[in-house]
Amino acid sequence: MRAAVIVFPGSNCDTDTHHALTEVMGVPTDLVWHATSSLDGYDLVVLPGGFSYGDYLRTGAMAAQARVMRAVREAAERGVPVLGICNGFQILLESGLLPGAMLPNACVEFRCEWVHVRVETRRTPFTGSAEAGRVLRMPIAHGEGNYVADASTLDALRDNDQVVWRYTDADGRRSARANPNGSVGDIAGICNARGNVVGLMPHPERCSEAALGGTDGRMVWESVLARVTA
Amino acid sequence: MSGLPQIYTAHVFVRLKPGVNDPQGATVAAGLRDLDFDGIRDVRVGKIVDVEMVAPDAATARARVEAMCEQLLTNPVIEEFEMELIEPQPLKLSDTAW
Repeated sequence: MRAAVIVFPGSNCDTDTHHALTEVMGVPTDLVWHATSSLDGYDLVVLPGGFSYGDYLRTGAMAAQARVMRAVREAAERGVPVLGICNGFQILLESGLLPGAMLPNACVEFRCEWVHVRVETRRTPFTGSAEAGRVLRMPIAHGEGNYVADASTLDALRDNDQVVWRYTDADGRRSARANPNGSVGDIAGICNARGNVVGLMPHPERCSEAALGGTDGRMVWESVLARVTA
Repeated sequence: MSGLPQIYTAHVFVRLKPGVNDPQGATVAAGLRDLDFDGIRDVRVGKIVDVEMVAPDAATARARVEAMCEQLLTNPVIEEFEMELIEPQPLKLSDTAW
């Protein structure tokens, strides 16, 4: 197995993600520059967090036009697991690989804190190792995680089992208080219809080892390892 | 109409679609009320993108800017745009970009 972590100008969680994959999970991983035109040979593609292109125009908008995104699209069409974390999620939305869009947080604050999210589906490559309904404690750090989509898109997400995580309290209960950004339906992460392209706002790479204050993020990596090496 | 290419400037006004929540606008509205401006009902924050381009005619310029809006300048999920195309200025010999 070999993983690619895509690096855009302004990515800042690329080396954290590389560290989690290589040092914690033991997965051979390359940092891949955004001008790359092929991702052949990779079994996992991660778009990391950060502020690609300074978040100019809209979060993720410029990165969505980068050359590597054609290769990401091709990999996704081949069924390769693709994970977008935070800014990576925003890039997947802007590129149309995932439906919907992001608005500034309803509280108009940059939220940098630990949150709880509930696993809503085990069908994606990144949640297969979780028990259904498991609550994960993971950190967020974003100013624009307020997910929106029109009513028909939201219906499709629900009907096709595409909502992957929702914000909850520690006991798995949804509430306005447990939602850090105003995201519709308390949505923290979604997948495409096929299930192999997944985006989420929390940072699993920041909670993959005890030294960082939590290990719930390991589930994401363990799931995709189990799927790819099966 | 045909002739020499000319310089067109498009002012593109990008706004959130009606009904899309605008946390920035709500915050600015609260700030205006704090400054004792009476009667504030709603504030929406958008952006202006000015595009200067060389094109053979106004229709082509307009079509190109519309394509730019669809592909990059706006996110059609949450935003809409209006365009104001400025009358062309004569192209100077020093303008070799086209």
